[in-house]
Amino acid sequence: MLLEIVGITKTFGGIRALDGVSFSVEKGAIHGLIGPNGAGKTTLINVLSGTAKPMEGRILLEGALIHSLPPYKVAALGIARTFQNIRLFAGMNCVENVIAGQHLKAKRQLLPRLLHLPSANREEREYRDKAMACLKRVGIEHRAAIPAGYLSYGERRRLEIARALALEPRILLLDEPVAGMRRRGIEQVGGLIRSLATQGMTILLIEHNMKFVMELCSRITVLNFGRVITTGAPSEVGRHPQVIEAYLGAEA
Amino acid sequence: MAFLMHFFAVYGNLVNFIGINALMALGLYVTLSAGQLSLGNAAFAGIGGYTAGILTMQFHAPYILSITSGAMLSGIVAVLIGLPVLRLRGVFLAMATLSFGEVVRIAAVNLTITGGAQGLVGIPNKTTTGLIFTVLALTGYFMAKLRQSRIGWSFESIREDEAAAASLGVNTTFYKTVAFTIGAIISGLAGGMYAHLNFIISPGEFGFSAAVQLLIYNIVGGTRIWYGPLLGATLLTALPEVLRGIGVTAGPIRMCVNGIILLLVILFLPNGLISLLSRSSSIAGPRP
Amino acid sequence: MSLLLQQLVNGLFIGSVYGLFAVGYTLVFGVLDILNMAHATVFTLGGLVALWLVEGSGMSIWAAFPLAVLFSGLLGLVLDRVAFAPLRQRSDTYFSGLISSIAMAIIFESAALGLFGAHTVRFPPNTIKTDIWRIEGVTITSLQVEIVLVALILMGALSLFLHRTRTGKAIRAVAESERTARLLGIHVDGIIASTFFVSSALGGAAGILFGLYFDALSPDMGRSIELKGLAVIVLGGMGSIPGAILGGLTFGLSEVLTVAVTGKSNLRDAVAFTVLFAVLLLRPEGLLGRRRAREV
Repeated sequence: MLLEIVGITKTFGGIRALDGVSFSVEKGAIHGLIGPNGAGKTTLINVLSGTAKPMEGRILLEGALIHSLPPYKVAALGIARTFQNIRLFAGMNCVENVIAGQHLKAKRQLLPRLLHLPSANREEREYRDKAMACLKRVGIEHRAAIPAGYLSYGERRRLEIARALALEPRILLLDEPVAGMRRRGIEQVGGLIRSLATQGMTILLIEHNMKFVMELCSRITVLNFGRVITTGAPSEVGRHPQVIEAYLGAEA
Repeated sequence: MAFLMHFFAVYGNLVNFIGINALMALGLYVTLSAGQLSLGNAAFAGIGGYTAGILTMQFHAPYILSITSGAMLSGIVAVLIGLPVLRLRGVFLAMATLSFGEVVRIAAVNLTITGGAQGLVGIPNKTTTGLIFTVLALTGYFMAKLRQSRIGWSFESIREDEAAAASLGVNTTFYKTVAFTIGAIISGLAGGMYAHLNFIISPGEFGFSAAVQLLIYNIVGGTRIWYGPLLGATLLTALPEVLRGIGVTAGPIRMCVNGIILLLVILFLPNGLISLLSRSSSIAGPRP
Repeated sequence: MSLLLQQLVNGLFIGSVYGLFAVGYTLVFGVLDILNMAHATVFTLGGLVALWLVEGSGMSIWAAFPLAVLFSGLLGLVLDRVAFAPLRQRSDTYFSGLISSIAMAIIFESAALGLFGAHTVRFPPNTIKTDIWRIEGVTITSLQVEIVLVALILMGALSLFLHRTRTGKAIRAVAESERTARLLGIHVDGIIASTFFVSSALGGAAGILFGLYFDALSPDMGRSIELKGLAVIVLGGMGSIPGAILGGLTFGLSEVLTVAVTGKSNLRDAVAFTVLFAVLLLRPEGLLGRRRAREV
């Protein structure tokens, strides 16, 4: 198992946002995380990325404990994320956003730049090409010079994925990657996620669009009130009585 | 040539102070460029100024050694202060740096070695115009290159969104401390050079008003590129002379003009006067 | 012993003026999360205008006081309209509001300089008839008592206003959440303007009391209290009104006690700012505040 989540509990002022959550993510999987609003999905992503610290439980990345690490160390281990409320660098243009995402992969040392060494320029061109490749990957390379603040909603979501890809992560955590997108955009992002997975990247994604999740994911974990209801293949999950109840709520 | 000599005879001092103020403004700029609002940079200039002045007067240290020691001591204090203080955000960081600045000022008033409230008097005049502008040019070049390095990109990311920067692997605490320290070193250097230009330094010159003045240079010029604060410091330092030139000599009016310029800039040009000159997207980008 | 007691009493008097100043300061912070750096200049102008009324028109201080307080409140409305309202929708409103209030502080201070000159001025003798009482070796003047009473009455009135009146309750609702207040149909912009009026009126009142207490007014008198006011509202917890009152008294006491213990008046501020620094590092929410850190 690449990523093991064992008994994670997180409370906010007495409310158990996560209550003993356990499941595993296989390498190369597209793992979906679903559940009604307030089920604790985003909190789990925050715990996984080091933004929030769990009260109890462990998270293991290839057997190594990572749940007490600060976010920047988690990123250095190859876990990249996007945010539900999209946190781009609004004052930068698109390609600059991706360049900022290259922090762990690009040296960009100060001294060669101060000395005007030709190697610095060569290196810089290489990094810029890589950044453009990330933009191309998500289909917004034509917007490279546009300030991030001018992008449409869907383009912003894609740019955030491109910025995360600049980390060349092993695991990509996507918090509602297609929220607010039209059908064509949803299909494109779905295709992108699939191609990332075939290249060996592991993806854990939160999404409310059921059709998208059911078609794309190899495994799905369902959360409700901070607890795992079930983890399994889409077909099993869809038949699970508690899942149906959770989604249909009191009417069921 | 004759014109230049005449110009320097009349405005030499003004030119020097423009250079020093610009250098001090650049010190604060580094910290601001990492999104950290510091009101302690005047105190760092004070630490640099007093250290350099004392080394020169009491220990007869060579000028270069004095001013670099002042800058280094400023930097060391910044590391010590920065590690705990930079956990605070926004207004709280501003107030913590401000109270640090007040403690430094009060220390200068109460210590014997700093000459108490009168300050240090009789510091030899060793800072030349040439040196000021050489240091300024080198610092400007350093800023431009820093911006292209991983340090500069980290500053920029933290300024835009600290949590997002951390998610990209940026060690935010480390880089904020780096920004604070580089800023303190530059301010300290400027302080030492100022001490050797002005004959006298006193605690009041490095207090809250001075810290606010450095902030004003940055805001008026613009904080999205390194030459913004240079523009701000130049315009506002020269402003009294310009006003005198058109016949305005009353102190309150000059002060009022200062305030009005700051108000107009923050209301209508949030990225500073520099955004009028440069329309590059990364400087004048929208902030939704 | 009586010397110490005297110092404590003095600390209480000056502390009540600090408290009054800080209450207005913290009120605006509580509602808008913005530091109003022009508050200290309103304090100065309030004091100077009261002096001008007393001196220029021979008005009694008891008539000049409410007029000058009203004038200070109007300055607060100007502040809101010019420096804060235009920036309200901006994403960096906390930072830009701080800067524009600094700009207004410079403009107000230059107005004070231009109108009243750079020198120190004082109220004419006998503006207030002063009796001196000695109790157990402690000297108290009737002026001191009046100052404390006026400060307490104003702080009490503010408390009643915030808890009993419609506007006051609306102010508290906006402080809690601007969005919710809007949904409840509260006219938020009007409420913010009233907050500025009240805050500045209290600041101006503090300026008049300060001028009477020290018998000296000058255009830069706001500068020393500005930093102290900041320290007080941090100590009390940003946005907390009981905190500001308590913080003001604590600060006044710590000042006089430092002088009493060390014998050096220069060290007065050192202790205060060291305490402020320590509180910020150890307990940034202040002594009575709720924890909420907002980025500027």
